[in-house]
Amino acid sequence: MAMTVHVDVVSAEEKIFSGLAEFVALPGESGELGILPGHTPLITRIRPGEVRIKVPNQATDELIFVAGGLLEVQPGLVTVLADTAIRGHDLDEAKANEAKRLAEEALANRQAGVDYAAAQAELASAIAQLAAIQKLRKRH
Amino acid sequence: MASGKEIRSKIKSVQNTKKITKAMEMVAASKMRKAQDRMRAARPYADTIRRLAANLSAATISDYKHPFLATVGQIKRVGIIVVTTDKGLCGGMNTNVLRLALNTMKEWEGKGATEIRVAAIGNKGLGFMQRMGAKVVSQVTQLGDTPHLEKLIGPVKVMIDAFQAGELDAVYLSFTRFINTMKQEPVLEQLLPLTGDRLGTPEGTWDYLYEPDPQVVIDELLVRYVEALVYQSVAENMASEQSARMVAMKAASDNAGNVIGELQLVYNKTRQAAITKELSEIVGGAAAV
Repeated sequence: MAMTVHVDVVSAEEKIFSGLAEFVALPGESGELGILPGHTPLITRIRPGEVRIKVPNQATDELIFVAGGLLEVQPGLVTVLADTAIRGHDLDEAKANEAKRLAEEALANRQAGVDYAAAQAELASAIAQLAAIQKLRKRH
Repeated sequence: MASGKEIRSKIKSVQNTKKITKAMEMVAASKMRKAQDRMRAARPYADTIRRLAANLSAATISDYKHPFLATVGQIKRVGIIVVTTDKGLCGGMNTNVLRLALNTMKEWEGKGATEIRVAAIGNKGLGFMQRMGAKVVSQVTQLGDTPHLEKLIGPVKVMIDAFQAGELDAVYLSFTRFINTMKQEPVLEQLLPLTGDRLGTPEGTWDYLYEPDPQVVIDELLVRYVEALVYQSVAENMASEQSARMVAMKAASDNAGNVIGELQLVYNKTRQAAITKELSEIVGGAAAV
């Protein structure tokens, strides 16, 4: 029997794979990685792509798509921490800004009080009126 | 005494209420199981990261101390992430967790905290914190029944960034811990800097190869760990929400049943009284003739 190594693939939302494998291939930060049992200890970031796990006595490989994450190799254990979302500095920044903006918006709305909805409706009707006036003017 | 018709319509309306609460109870019961599974599914990730972080901090780099692992001196500026539900009708769980958060905030203020920033996850907490005039710096609502890490990255990052920039001395996390179906408990824990059992103990030291370099790896790892902790608290909060709702709705259905019983009794009495009255009138009339 071929040598095997224990492989865990986990994401924040679930455990994706756990079991023995003869070979693991995945997209590392600085190139495609192939890991066989007995690999030297390694920690690296992984890019979005496919993790291929060769399971003993199974004809087809396990294929798992990951949106990035981290890989740890210990003697006898390979751990893939998979991201569930595509990450990137700009993307994360945008999300943070969105969360901030929402909070600020909610705060602004609160100050306007209950009249906010009424004011919004008024604004909408005013805009519609303006648009109608402009159309009429163009016609004449 | 109310007339028979009035009581009948009252009974009808309570019956309808009971139908609704019964339906909500059953919906919550089925969602609860899924929410609990999700909560358990989130555990391996956090455990794995904790193990990794412990190994890393043991294996390497005494010269690089990550800010998340620093020890705090005096806590002056605090951030608090408050996890609540989006919807109501789940008993006292939101009230309890918000009361805990508010009391702790007051305590901090009493101890001389100069600034308290709030990140609200969930509608109820957001509304409450705004009414209280707290400084809400980020928020996310409408999480639905399945928590997604993607939605949490933003609001958590606002806190992490503030902490890393030195604007906050500590960040706390407040949510409802799921103990069992009947019992949920509001908790408030320190999230940053990472302390105590959240760090774990290393199981051995390996001489890792790092790609691209140790600092980047440990940065990413710790940010993910904090996110995973928040994610887990949200998942736990959702499990708590569903079981709290199930229990609350069961109580409501039982109460509706009691009310119906009492009303039915009153109704029967008035009907009987009316019949007796009529009979005695007839008898009285016949005697007069």
